[in-house]
Amino acid sequence: MRYYTQQDEWIEVDGETATVGITDYAQGQLGDIVFVDLPEPGRTVEKGKEAAVVESVKTAADVYSPVSGTVTEVNTALADNPELVNESAEGQGWFYRLTLADPSELEGLMDPAAYQAFLGTR
Amino acid sequence: MADHVGLKSLPLDALHRRLGGRMVAFAGHAMPVQYREGVIAEHLWTRAHAGLFDVSHMGQLTLGGAGAAEWLETLAPGDFRALPPGRMRYSLLLAPDGGILDDLMVTNVGSGFHLVVNGATKHDDLAHMRAHLPAGLVLTHREEAALLALQGPEAAGALQRLGVAPEGPETPAVAALKFMAAGCYIWRGIPLLVSRSGYTGEDGFEISVSATAAEALAEALLADPSVRPIGLGARDSLRLEAGLPLYGHDLTPDTEPVEAGLAFAISKRRKAEGGFPGAGRILKALLDGPARRRVGLRLEGRQPAREGATIHAGDEQVGIVTSGGHGPSVGGPIAMGYVAAPHAADGTALAIEVRGKRLPATVVPLPFWHKSYAR
Repeated sequence: MRYYTQQDEWIEVDGETATVGITDYAQGQLGDIVFVDLPEPGRTVEKGKEAAVVESVKTAADVYSPVSGTVTEVNTALADNPELVNESAEGQGWFYRLTLADPSELEGLMDPAAYQAFLGTR
Repeated sequence: MADHVGLKSLPLDALHRRLGGRMVAFAGHAMPVQYREGVIAEHLWTRAHAGLFDVSHMGQLTLGGAGAAEWLETLAPGDFRALPPGRMRYSLLLAPDGGILDDLMVTNVGSGFHLVVNGATKHDDLAHMRAHLPAGLVLTHREEAALLALQGPEAAGALQRLGVAPEGPETPAVAALKFMAAGCYIWRGIPLLVSRSGYTGEDGFEISVSATAAEALAEALLADPSVRPIGLGARDSLRLEAGLPLYGHDLTPDTEPVEAGLAFAISKRRKAEGGFPGAGRILKALLDGPARRRVGLRLEGRQPAREGATIHAGDEQVGIVTSGGHGPSVGGPIAMGYVAAPHAADGTALAIEVRGKRLPATVVPLPFWHKSYAR
């Protein structure tokens, strides 16, 4: 099941674990991505707090964790190929995986249709 | 994206939007930061072919009247009395303490001087100049004029193919204009002031044209297969790779020309005679060496360091980054900043702090990118 935030992150939930990245809309707004600063595995992240930083040619943007949890794995392919985020933001350009601390935190997030509608309001 | 309220739109606004430009607020104007292909593709296109930049936000001023050169020399450290018609100089508008109020291009157009100043500072520059303007000199803000920059190794060919004709017999064909020379040209009956100059580290031209003719000229240039539109994002990465300082970032009223690495803008005669604002402080910095210097910094890895990041030698902070980002032609992160003189020598190993991490960086000579002069 995939959810979205108003800060343009996506989270794909599979039981107790989830994968997080930024949306295709977000990568398009940022432009050419040249570096992604990912959290260390084992780090605890909090819902709505900075978990990663994505740097485009022009600017650095904070990425907020859609939910709280413990980071289990990061996308090491981004170290050498940050452009994967431009090419496949919602696929191969994922940022990190985590174990959910509180699955009820998912309740306030948007489903794909709601996110598309939200983008339409911008 | 919604239109920005209160922003001035430039003469080419509609064209930028038709070309897919992403408009952002810059120096009070709505400007394209990039077009559809993105900053890196636009940057690399300019290095390989020709890029068309709209820089109409910059201030274009004309100065006329007897004694104009002498008066300019009271504001800026160039030798304007020796600047012949058809030639231009890079110069600096200086505060009484020698701090840099703006950097500008000064062209002798025969009838007077044509000045190009930064967009964000143009109104302050005008106020500063008008406050000192003596009777008999006329300073005009040419708000009705647009300014285009055509930059890259294929710029000369593209401009020649356009059919730009010299206005007078003394003016060379546009492709034969020398670097830092300018002349009046005619295109389809429209007068153009063309100079061989730019701010990308590439060969190229800047073209002053009336706002009413700007779109036709831009579209004619873009019809050439070697020319593509380039936004502000690539303009910034190109000038950074070329080691060129950006006013408001690398140059401010708190920096003086010598520490900024711009001593070349102080003409030989002016160094000998002084008589420009801040001459005491600036000539002392020339003699003794400045306490800090603007340097180039090459970072290891891929993480960029941005403006405001602190520069360290061991435990000691020795400087601050004033411009930084990804260099598409260099292929990695580059930065410029001010570093205390003992740590400013080429090859010095330093560290730049970004989000609590110390990134290894080395002082390197500017520019980061050397143009290959194939022609």
